[in-house]
Amino acid sequence: MTKTTDLRYQPGFSLITWFCIAFLYAPIAVLVWFSFNQNRSVTVWTEFSLDWYVKAWHNEGIQNAALVSLEVAVIAMILSTIMATMAALVTTRTAPYRGLNLSVAVINQPLMVPEVVTAVATLIFFAIIKQATGVTGIGYLIAAHTAFCIPFAYMPIRARLEDMDLSLEQAGADLYAPPFKVFRRITLPLMMPGILAGAMLAFIVSLDDVIITLFVAGPGETTLPIYILGQIRRGVTPEINAVSTVFLGISVILVTFIFLFGKGKNLGKQ
Amino acid sequence: MPAQSTTHTLLSASVVAEEKRQRHKRFSLLAPGILTIFCIGIMPLSIVLIYSVLEPGDYGGVSWVLSFDAYVQLLFEEDIFDETLTFTTSFLQIFLRSIGLGLFTTIACLLIGFPTAYFIATQPVKRRNVWLFLITIPFWTNLLIRTYAMLLILRDQGVVNLSLIKIGLIDKAIPILYTDFAVGLGLVYAYLPFMVLPIYASLEKLDFRLVEASYDLYATRFKVLKRIIIPLAKPGIAAGCILVLIPSLGAFITPAILGGGKSLMIGNLISLQFGQARNWPFGSAIALVLMVIVMLSLLTYLRSSARKGLTHD
Repeated sequence: MTKTTDLRYQPGFSLITWFCIAFLYAPIAVLVWFSFNQNRSVTVWTEFSLDWYVKAWHNEGIQNAALVSLEVAVIAMILSTIMATMAALVTTRTAPYRGLNLSVAVINQPLMVPEVVTAVATLIFFAIIKQATGVTGIGYLIAAHTAFCIPFAYMPIRARLEDMDLSLEQAGADLYAPPFKVFRRITLPLMMPGILAGAMLAFIVSLDDVIITLFVAGPGETTLPIYILGQIRRGVTPEINAVSTVFLGISVILVTFIFLFGKGKNLGKQ
Repeated sequence: MPAQSTTHTLLSASVVAEEKRQRHKRFSLLAPGILTIFCIGIMPLSIVLIYSVLEPGDYGGVSWVLSFDAYVQLLFEEDIFDETLTFTTSFLQIFLRSIGLGLFTTIACLLIGFPTAYFIATQPVKRRNVWLFLITIPFWTNLLIRTYAMLLILRDQGVVNLSLIKIGLIDKAIPILYTDFAVGLGLVYAYLPFMVLPIYASLEKLDFRLVEASYDLYATRFKVLKRIIIPLAKPGIAAGCILVLIPSLGAFITPAILGGGKSLMIGNLISLQFGQARNWPFGSAIALVLMVIVMLSLLTYLRSSARKGLTHD
């Protein structure tokens, strides 16, 4: 190896990097490994089996929680992506105006406040509305998820719009296309990768949320993470490992997609 | 020249109309997102402020009586009999623990994250993407599940204790779980990717001719690191530190699972007030104090990066 003559080389840095990766993945590896354990133990390995997956699949609590999670995440994803797309169009495609920075700050607000503070604030606010109107239901949970998903959907859409070449849209306008047609035939198709990445991020963020859901969700609105949290507090079983492994798998697939979209964008630029 | 002034007013009238149309369009596109966040993110925060100066209701909620008890309660304990106030450190301790753990997490993440980001940035492009992908995956995977994985490892019957016993280093399991150390470790584990990614972003653009030049001037490897690489990576380091510090200060899941009832942080204290303790005003007051701590660290960050003229946004 010619490492010592490489002027970028710093001693020990590769070792720390390997340590970092091992540190990040070792606990997850243990979790996944013991989800396939035939034994009830999550520490002593006996035999390979898929029993815990079968058991989790037939568990009614898990089924219901998964359906609630899916319902909330899909609706929150659609709503937040639409709002984020509209907001991103304004903050990148109109002439700078007074209040532009303020609008961006408002959109990013959920990222700057600790989640537990947002959670109790939302709890209080919804309690007041519930008391005043008597309306209950899953709508509250969906509204809370939509609000904190907006900045996550907004980021990749804005990044995509900022990277896009304006000349195509200008050419469309020069050829007498009305503004809406320019948007539908040129801007929208070009910003699609950003919208898809934003939608997936919003979906993951909603699916993963624990804290806000814990405070806002009413009875019968247990999402999968809340169900898992409840089980962890009761004691460790391989069934949780099995559910968690499936959950991790879904996140990894979605992140891979987002990563590939991102890379495609960079490749297109070069 | 009356003709010219007429065209001028006509022109300015159309400019005004156009400006009005633009404003209208801007507003209708922005409104849904802004309104949603305003109603569910910003307005509730002001309600928290109001609730913190009220008296607790009997079954949760509040009764509408102005009172600063919630803030007094943070530092003083009221005697039930003669209503005298005595200084108490029980809540202060939780605040100090949160700040201490937040700083520990930030420093530990920096010590591991900086070399990792540098190493990745100096790899060939193809391998760089693989490394980055490996860092990004934990960034977007469920924090609860990752913390649960940490619990599996740190338990008395967990992998760490069992292997230490197996190699004969210890006789019986040392309790790691439900200590400040476990919470600190869990926080580093949770937020390490938040440190690596921004530092990588600033190192990726590093001009290595500067490094070459300093070697030509007989600098040692350490001196190059200290005088060239680290100063140039400062925006990334500052961004990484703030991205780790803020969620660590407000951490809830990690101390709830790895700290149990013994190692509470501010987040758990807030949630307790809205749960078992049924003291919403006190919970609101703690939440506001947490907000102030977070805002102060954000302001420090913004001011330091503005002073160096390094902000990009």
